[in-house]
Amino acid sequence: MNFKNFKLDLSNKNKDLIPQVLTVLFIVLVIIYFTINAQNNMGNRGISFGFGFLSQESSFDITFSLIDYDGSHSYAKAFLVGLLNTILVSVIGIFFATILGVTVGISRLSQNYLISKAAEWYVEIFRNIPLILQIFFWYFAALRALPLTVDSINFYDISFLNVKGWYVPRLIWTNFSLFVYSLIAAILLIFFVSKYAKKQRDELGKQIPVFYISLGILFGLPFLTFLLGGVTLSFQIPELTQLSKTIYVYQGGVTIIPELISLALALSMYTATFIAENVRAGILGVNKGQKEAAASIGLTKGQILKLVVMPQALRIIIPPTTNQYLNLTKNSSLAAAIAYPDIVLVFAGTALMQTGRAIEIISITMLTYLSLSLSISVFMNWYNKKMAIKEK
Amino acid sequence: MKFKLAKPNKENLNTFVTLGSVLILVGFFDFLANTFLDLNFTGFLPGGLSFLTPIIIGVMGLHFIRIEFSGNRLLDKINTNFNSSNFNAFLSLLVIFALIKYIPPILNWFIFDADFAGNTKQDCTSGGACWVFVKVWLNRFVYGMYPDTEQWRINTAFFMLFALVGASFFVPAKLKKYLLIFLLFVYPIIGLKLISGGDFGLEYIETGAWGGLSLTFIVSAFALILCFPVGMFLALGRRSNLPAIRYTSIGFIELWRGVPLITVLFMSAVMFPMFLPDGTYVDKLIRVLVAITLFEAAYMAEVIRGGLQALPKGQYEAAKSLGMGYWRMHFLIVLPQALKLVIPGIANTFLALVKDTPLIFVVGLLELAGMVNLAKTNPEWLGMAMEGYVFAGLVFWVICYAMSRYSQNLEKKLSTER
Repeated sequence: MNFKNFKLDLSNKNKDLIPQVLTVLFIVLVIIYFTINAQNNMGNRGISFGFGFLSQESSFDITFSLIDYDGSHSYAKAFLVGLLNTILVSVIGIFFATILGVTVGISRLSQNYLISKAAEWYVEIFRNIPLILQIFFWYFAALRALPLTVDSINFYDISFLNVKGWYVPRLIWTNFSLFVYSLIAAILLIFFVSKYAKKQRDELGKQIPVFYISLGILFGLPFLTFLLGGVTLSFQIPELTQLSKTIYVYQGGVTIIPELISLALALSMYTATFIAENVRAGILGVNKGQKEAAASIGLTKGQILKLVVMPQALRIIIPPTTNQYLNLTKNSSLAAAIAYPDIVLVFAGTALMQTGRAIEIISITMLTYLSLSLSISVFMNWYNKKMAIKEK
Repeated sequence: MKFKLAKPNKENLNTFVTLGSVLILVGFFDFLANTFLDLNFTGFLPGGLSFLTPIIIGVMGLHFIRIEFSGNRLLDKINTNFNSSNFNAFLSLLVIFALIKYIPPILNWFIFDADFAGNTKQDCTSGGACWVFVKVWLNRFVYGMYPDTEQWRINTAFFMLFALVGASFFVPAKLKKYLLIFLLFVYPIIGLKLISGGDFGLEYIETGAWGGLSLTFIVSAFALILCFPVGMFLALGRRSNLPAIRYTSIGFIELWRGVPLITVLFMSAVMFPMFLPDGTYVDKLIRVLVAITLFEAAYMAEVIRGGLQALPKGQYEAAKSLGMGYWRMHFLIVLPQALKLVIPGIANTFLALVKDTPLIFVVGLLELAGMVNLAKTNPEWLGMAMEGYVFAGLVFWVICYAMSRYSQNLEKKLSTER
């Protein structure tokens, strides 16, 4: 109706539109500029953009691989080897960081003055030294001080540690797939048992000892496959063999290379400090009244911890801890500094040097990490929504 | 009757304390004799048990002195802090014994057996740490490959910085603003010009020669100053009502936060030159600074966004009701308050930034950790890795610990003010 008002609306719309159009225009221009330059540069070097190189023969070896790989395989397979190595060191790191972090975090709340001080100093020392320096320290200083192959440190004659790495027995399975199926079945069964137990508790007030039943299933079911399914397991113990007059090596068994040891050590010790702080904050964050209320309705100490304190503490602990897991995975890229063949070293290092395809390779590497991060943050958002306190 | 006797009680206080103390002393004596005199009194016991004897005896002793409300202040203090249960007593003894066992060798290596005098590796004879290595290389660890005769320029630049920061504590509040502006906008240019040279009769020194601890400070300081405004605009962009700007900011932030810094540095080293016209050369240090700035700006944006979200809505509404536009509202009302809220977060981001600087070795720039790596491969100084990394670790630790303490204090101070 009012002409004046109408005009005002329009001007407001323009005010919103102009910066947006400018932003988009700027981004598009930058992309066009970069693309033209990249095309010119690649033209000068006689290469064209494309991912065809992935199927070419890589012709380089990788010192440590979880799958069968040698120089005759393709670049795509080399990428896979690097990715698996990244995942391997991340999983090992996350496992030990969690154990160490939870222990230290709880220790910091201990009544024992010595224990809480020791935990505090652990956190203060390892949090404030750059991770890369810790990796260097373990790899170049600490592990290099280990004895030579001939004088290896002997762990009960089955495992040996020396400057070349850590030699552990190889597990030799028959009917391994059956064993894995039984494990999966056991986990599914435990899931249903705990659901059923929760239903019984909520509806009928019956307490079912879920923990012991789960433990029984977890060990019992795989054990049955040994008895009935023909699954066998034997160990191949590494043995010292003499190659020439002065050269000794351990053969048989699995070699854990020092790069992996030092990387996993540094990653887990560094990340554990942050997890410890999260755990401490989480336990401190549970209101004291909650514990008192639980005690006043007659729950036992174990029940209070399990049913009242932990669910609330976990709600505080888990989001920042997942973030730390993500950081650990990203930090595992520092492997490149000590030549552990992770995705950065194998793909963004060796493969890039050989092919010269900087744009494709760096993009693939970054996209891999990006998709990993984004999928975890999507999962975290879902989890947070699920765990958020539902208020009416 | 026998059972009652073993259970410590207040009536027989003296008996139990005497018994307990004797047992604890025996435990300690056994342990000390074992550690320092190489005497094993319990060698006749099987391996594991012999190893644990001092702890077992000690725990028994601590069990006897565990008497609640004994009336003795010292005893009560020991019991509540170190000896509240058998498990705690065990842990306490474990920590004490571990300290006694491992601290002396470490101290010996570090100080008492260490070599300080001399100029070559051959002067290190006593078996401890060879600090001669650090002494000889100290110049390189601090200044990198920067020519010796020109190092006064780095010193001057840093001295100016300290003088300016120190002065900012003493000048009156009115001048403080100008000093801050000078410090943030004018000083960096002066400092950079002083160190790089090329004008005013100063010899030009290429960035490849910069290095060591001074480079750590240069990179982290510039990255912080540069990433702050970028992060601020990204944070505002992420909360903007305009979809194009919001999604651009979200995409930008999530992209950098999703990848490791080392791949970003790789990108700046090998991929970025491909995107520039043929023949253009951008200095290594500038490329690194841009990469680190963009990377840290994404983290800074999230920190600042936290502050923006924590600010009560009433502040925005009040500003709007006064007729303020978007920019005036943000720069006069919202940001000053939001930034104050997140000062600890900013300090933590800066801490992470300092800890990330060693990664610039990827493009061939060597700050402290990189210089140590270089020095330990020098044929005349092989086998000095431990000394080098311990020194670098100590330097970084002192810097980072001081900063984290400062940020914690700030956090406490700010939280009480609210």
